[in-house]
Amino acid sequence: MAGFNKVVESYEAAMAGLEDGMTVIAGGFGLCGIPEGLIAQIKKMGTRELTVVSNNCGVDGFGLGILLEDRQIKKMVASYVGENALFEKQLLNGELEVELTPQGTLAEKMRAGGAGIPAFFTATGYGTPVAEGKETREIDGRHYVLEPAITGDFAIVRAWKADRYGNLVFRHTAMNFNPMAATAGKITVAEVEEIVEPGELEPSQIHTPGIYVQRVIKGNFEKRIERRMVRQG
Amino acid sequence: MALSREQVAMRVAQELQDGFYVNLGIGIPTLVANYVPAGIEVMLQSENGLLGMGPYPTEAQIDADMINAGKETVTAATGAAIFSSAESFAMIRGGHVDLTVLGAFEVDQHGNIASWMIPGKLVKGMGGAMDLVAGAQNIVVTMTHADKHGNSKLLSDCTLPLTGVGCVKKIVTDLAVLEVRDGAFHLLERAPGISVEEIQQKTAGKLVVSGDIPEMQF
Repeated sequence: MAGFNKVVESYEAAMAGLEDGMTVIAGGFGLCGIPEGLIAQIKKMGTRELTVVSNNCGVDGFGLGILLEDRQIKKMVASYVGENALFEKQLLNGELEVELTPQGTLAEKMRAGGAGIPAFFTATGYGTPVAEGKETREIDGRHYVLEPAITGDFAIVRAWKADRYGNLVFRHTAMNFNPMAATAGKITVAEVEEIVEPGELEPSQIHTPGIYVQRVIKGNFEKRIERRMVRQG
Repeated sequence: MALSREQVAMRVAQELQDGFYVNLGIGIPTLVANYVPAGIEVMLQSENGLLGMGPYPTEAQIDADMINAGKETVTAATGAAIFSSAESFAMIRGGHVDLTVLGAFEVDQHGNIASWMIPGKLVKGMGGAMDLVAGAQNIVVTMTHADKHGNSKLLSDCTLPLTGVGCVKKIVTDLAVLEVRDGAFHLLERAPGISVEEIQQKTAGKLVVSGDIPEMQF
């Protein structure tokens, strides 16, 4: 087929080129909207010394947490990491480095990275440990911290629907960090629930235009729920 | 008597105004949603990308792709919008959220807040708290007035690493409602049956008491 076909048929092909020491940006919030099969593929490949950028690091035995089991992650950039015992253990042992980053700043770092903005000023974190060692500036009477953008060798995201052009649509709050992560990878891989025929996605309803996406793979998702809350009725 | 968690939430709910966009933190702040006064409509913002958070789902409605910032399953209210984390924090950072309610370990008389890190204990991260306190127009902190050893949490200067500087405007504790301005805590209301003396004794920072202090009304 001539032209744009970003669909790959195997997880091996989806993550081909990932090497030790690379930076991987992952979409998802907790276990919601995570590229489960791509994470499993990284575990299978045994790639080491990775810097992983994601809001959280999964839980013990699921999500990015499985990459801790064989110590594949050297450094984690995240806003909240409290959900796994293994993470705590490796952090306290000094086997794992963590850069805690405010959630909005993390999203903006990815967005800026993908948009060619090298750094930005934000009031978030001024006067806190987050600002230590960073340039600050007063603008119109408020204090701001200069935060550098983030880009990744790979970005791995989960979407609901994709077409072979790499256009993506996310589902409900499984969107979260995925659109920004998708823009910030040199190679962005989207693991999706459904691949639709070209033209099926309404152009004005596409969340992530295909230009940001290099590979698309159809995945099967467990979609584990972290805190199942139910109301009677 | 000191207020229960529910009563603190009920008192905070009186700060809600019709048409407010509100972000509620984890713990007591979450309970505020149960006490929205009759006749007013507010939209709850959940920083993972949902404006217009509804109640928990029924068993039939549960959807793994529909969660709140506490990673709980949730529903979308009528009129809700769903968007990315960058969009979510644009509305927070840009000052579009009318009210943020969050918990804290310590607050000081300069409006500084410490809520995320206790040195020596494992640090789990700040999540969205730093963005919220830096961006909201109006921040209400809920916490107990003193810790379980009786040490005041309302200080002249925070001792723990900060979440944000000069951002807290109002505090609702189990004993009192206070406003933070001009480098002092100003006592506005006291919990039913709690004396000004007790509040004074449990407030380590500068406390301004002017005139008769009314009891909270529920």
